[in-house]
Amino acid sequence: MQTENSPYAIETRNLSIFYGSFEAVKDVNLQIQKQKITAIIGPSGCGKSTLLRAFNRMNDFVPTSRVSGEILLHGTNLYGKEIDPVEVRRRIGMVFQKPNPFPKSIYENIAWGARINGFKGNMDDLVEQSLRGAALWDEVKDKLKQSAYALSGGQQQRLCIARAIAIQPEIILMDEPASALDPISTLRIEELMQELKKNYTIIIVTHNMQQAARVSDYTAMMMLYENTRSGTVIEYDETKTIFTRPKDKRTEEYVTGRFG
Amino acid sequence: MIKYTYPEQQDLERFVALRYRTAWIWQLLFLSALLIAIVSLSALLLNVVDGAFGYVAYEFKKDPLTISEKPLEELSKDELIAVLQANLSRGAYNKLEKETPLAARSEGELYNLIIERIIQIKTLETYPLFRSLFEKSAIEAEVREKYPNARLEFRSWLSPAFLTTPMSSRAEFAGVRTALLGSMWLVGIAIAFALPVGVGAAIYLQEYADRKSMVNRIIQTNINNLAGVPSIVYGMLGLAIFVRAMEAFTSGAMFGITDTNGRTLMSAGLTMGILVLPLVVINAQEAIKAVPDSIRQAAFGVGATRWQSIWSHVLPNALPGILTGSILAMSRAIGETAPLIIVGASTFVTVDPQSPFTKFTVLPIQIYQWTARPQDEFHAIAAAAIIVLLVLLLTFNATAILLRNRFQRRW
Amino acid sequence: MQAAAKQETVNTTFRPKILKRKLRLGESAIEAGLFIVGFLTIFVTVSIVIVLGDQALLFFLDPEVTLAEFFMSTKWVPAIGEFGIWALVSATLTTSAIAILVAVPLGLSAAIYLSEYASHRARAVLKPVLEILAGIPTVVYGYFALLFVTPLLRELIGSERIGVYNMLSAGLVMGIMILPLISSMSEDALSAVPNSLREAAYAMGATPFEASTQVVLPAALSGIGAAVIVGISRAVGETMIVAIASGATSEFTFNPLKAAETMTAHIARISGGDLPYGTVDYNSLFAIALMLFLVTLALNIVSQWIVTKFREQYE
Repeated sequence: MQTENSPYAIETRNLSIFYGSFEAVKDVNLQIQKQKITAIIGPSGCGKSTLLRAFNRMNDFVPTSRVSGEILLHGTNLYGKEIDPVEVRRRIGMVFQKPNPFPKSIYENIAWGARINGFKGNMDDLVEQSLRGAALWDEVKDKLKQSAYALSGGQQQRLCIARAIAIQPEIILMDEPASALDPISTLRIEELMQELKKNYTIIIVTHNMQQAARVSDYTAMMMLYENTRSGTVIEYDETKTIFTRPKDKRTEEYVTGRFG
Repeated sequence: MIKYTYPEQQDLERFVALRYRTAWIWQLLFLSALLIAIVSLSALLLNVVDGAFGYVAYEFKKDPLTISEKPLEELSKDELIAVLQANLSRGAYNKLEKETPLAARSEGELYNLIIERIIQIKTLETYPLFRSLFEKSAIEAEVREKYPNARLEFRSWLSPAFLTTPMSSRAEFAGVRTALLGSMWLVGIAIAFALPVGVGAAIYLQEYADRKSMVNRIIQTNINNLAGVPSIVYGMLGLAIFVRAMEAFTSGAMFGITDTNGRTLMSAGLTMGILVLPLVVINAQEAIKAVPDSIRQAAFGVGATRWQSIWSHVLPNALPGILTGSILAMSRAIGETAPLIIVGASTFVTVDPQSPFTKFTVLPIQIYQWTARPQDEFHAIAAAAIIVLLVLLLTFNATAILLRNRFQRRW
Repeated sequence: MQAAAKQETVNTTFRPKILKRKLRLGESAIEAGLFIVGFLTIFVTVSIVIVLGDQALLFFLDPEVTLAEFFMSTKWVPAIGEFGIWALVSATLTTSAIAILVAVPLGLSAAIYLSEYASHRARAVLKPVLEILAGIPTVVYGYFALLFVTPLLRELIGSERIGVYNMLSAGLVMGIMILPLISSMSEDALSAVPNSLREAAYAMGATPFEASTQVVLPAALSGIGAAVIVGISRAVGETMIVAIASGATSEFTFNPLKAAETMTAHIARISGGDLPYGTVDYNSLFAIALMLFLVTLALNIVSQWIVTKFREQYE
C-alpha cells in the first residue's frame, strides 16, 4: 500500500524529456497542489503538451521518446521500471485538445472505460453520475443510446471529461481542452473545471492567458532556452502572483503581451 | 539591352489559337486511349455474349418422337426405364443397372441418359448470337444445304440446367455445377486462411511494430513484394509444399481418406490463400491506418491496454474496410487459373465436392479447358461459363462497394 | 451547478492502489501471436526461394543439363534433353514487349486525361471502365484473345501469314489487361505532383495542356517509370492469356505473327499433364519458375524503390 499523505498531488524532479537526441523539455521541478487547478502556459513549441503528456505516460507512444528525472505520485516514480503505464493512466485521466469521443453511443463512451477497468457497480448510475459531474446529464439524458458524434463540439468535450471522471482518477490532465470550441462552450468547460477541482487535481495546458488567469490557482510559465531550443519552467507560483507581480522579466513580458 | 521579341497583337492571337488547337488535338488523343479501353471492354463482353447464345444445327441418331408416344419430358420414371430397356443393348443396360440401379435414379438422370445414350444429339454447327439475329435466313439456307437432316434451334447455352448439371464429356450436356461448387469451396478455404493471418499481420504492423526496426521493415517490404509475385510461382509453391510435402494432410490421409492424392481442394485453397494474403494484409493495413489516432489516445487515456484499444475501437472501425478488402481478395481468388493448373485441378469431375479432401475443378479451369478445345460447341459453353464467372465477380464487387459506401466513416 | 452536489464524495476504492506492472499474459500472448503471423509472410518468401531453388538445383545437377546450355542454347526440347531457356524467353520478351507497347501509351494517355482534363462526371463514367477491365480474370482475356482478336487479326493480316496461335494476339490483349494498372499508377503519380507547380505554370501563361505535359508530366516521370516497371513485371508473369492464345511450341523466335511458348505458358502446359515427380522435365519447371520469380522480384523492388524516392521528393 502506498502512502496517500504526500502534501502534493504529483511532483516532478529534474524531469527532462527527450525525442531521440533532442531534449524537448529540460529540468522541470514542479509540485502540483492537491485539488487545485494548475495551468501551464508559454509560447507555442515550448513543450507544454510534452510535459503534460509525461504525467500519464502518453509520450510512451512516441517511439523515440524517453525521460530522465522523476515524476512522483505519492512518492512513487511513475517512470520506475516496475511501473505499469496502463495503471498510471487509470489514476491520471486526460482530456485532449480536440474532442475525441469514441464512435459509439454516449452511454458506451463512458461505460467502456469503466468496464475495461473492472468496474463492478451499477453502470447506469456511474454513467449518470459522470454525466452530471461533467454538467452534461440534462442535455443528453434522453438520448444516451445515440451516437456521441451527434453532439456539438462543446458537448463532445464535456462527454470526454465525463468519460475521464468515470474511471475516477485523482488527477485530470487537460491539453488545451477549449481551443477547438466556441466562447460559450469554453465558458461552460471553465465553470465545470471549478466544480471538478472539489474532487480532482487538474493540470491544464493553455495558450490563452485570460483563461489561465480565470480558471487556475497556480501557474507554471514555460519558455525555451535560447541556445538549445529546449523548454523549461521558468517560473511557478500562485496564479495571481504570476499575473500581477512576476519575478521573472520574461514572464512579465509574456503575460502582458509584449512577448510572444 | 535585351530585345523582347514576343509576338504581339494579331500574331499573339494567332499564336495562342494555335497552342489551343494543339492542346485540343492532344486532348482528343488522350481521350481516345480511354475510348480504346471502352471499345476493348465492350468487344470482350459482347464477344462472350455472342458466343453463349445462338443457333445450333444438330441431328439425332434416333428421333425422340419415334421412341415413345408421349414427349419424353412427360414420361414417368417407369416409362423412362422402359424406354432405356427397349433401346439399349442388353449389356449396356445391365452395366448401367450395376453402377446404380435405374429405379434408384432420379427422373432427370434417366432423361439425361436417354438423351445421351439413345437419342445421341450430335451438334454439327453452332452460330454466334449476332449472326443468328441478323442473318437468320442465310444460316437456315446454309444448314439446309450442308446438313439436310439437321434441325436448327436457337439455344441459350447459359441455362438453369447449365448451372445445375455436373461435367460431361459432351458439350451439349455439360454444366458447371461441380466447378461452381469447387470455386465456392476454394474461396472459402482461401479466405478462412488468409483473413485471420492477413488481419493479424496488418494489426501487428500498424499497431505494434516499431516502424524503424529492421525486422518490421523487412516484413513490410516483403509483403509488398509478395503482392507482385506472378501467380504461377504460387502454383509451384503450392505444388511442392501442399501437394507433395504435406500430402498426408492435404490428401486427407491423416483423417482416414484414402482415395485421393495431394491434388485436392485443400491444397488449392491453401495455395490461393497464400496468393491473396498480401492483398488482405495491404487492404487491412489501409483500413487500420484510416482509424484516427485520437481514438487510440482516448482509449489509452481511460486506462486501456493496447489490445483493449485495438479490440474495442480500432478493429470495429476498420472492419468495413477490412471486409471490403477481403471481398476483393476473394474475387481475385475466384478468377485465378494458373496456380490451379499447377496444383492439379482435375479437368473432369462429375461428383460434387463433399469435403476439402476431394479432387476438384473450378470455373476458370473449366473455361480454360473448354476454350482450348477446338470444337465450337465447347467455345459456346466456355462463353456461358464466363458469364457465370463474371456475374459472380460482379456480385462480389457490388457487395464490396455497397459495404464501403454504407459503412465508410469520414473522420 | 446542482449537478455536482451528487458528486461530493468520489469513491476512491475503484482507483488502482498499486501502480506495479502487472503480468498481462493475455496481452503478451496476443502480441507474440500477431508477430508470428506477421513473420509468417516472410516465411512464404523463404519457402518460395527454397522450394524453387532446391528443385532448380536438382535440375542443374542433372547430367543432361549444363548451365551453359541453359543460358545459351535456343532449343528447348525436353524429350531429347535440350534445355535452352532462350526458346522460352524469346516468346516472353516478344509478348511482353507488345503488351508494354500497347499499355504504356494508352495507360499514360488515359491517366493524363483522367487527372488533368476529365470533369467529375466524365471520371465517374471512365474510371469504372478501367476498374472493370482490371477485375476481369485473365482466363477470360485468354478467351477473348483466341476467339476474337486472333480471328480479327487473321482477317486483317491474312490467315496465311498469321496462325491460329500467335504472339501478337496474346501480346495485344495482355496490353489491354495491363492498361488499367499503368493508368492507375500513373494517375497516382500525376496527382501526387503538388498543385503549386500547375499553378506556377498557369501563372506564366501556359495552357492546361502545356502545364500538364511540360510541367506535371516531367515531375511525375519517376512515378510513371515505376508504373511501367510493374507493368513489365505483370506481363512477364502473366500465364493464362499466353497459354491459351500464343501456342504450345517452344520455338526461338521474335516474330509476333508466329506461335511460341512463353516461360509461364510452358510451366502451365507441362505441369497440367501428369508429369512424374523428380524427372528432369519436372525439375526444369522449377528452374524456369525460379528465373521468373527473380526477374519479377527485381522489377518490383526497383519499382518500389522509385516510388519511395518519388514520394520523398514531394513531402
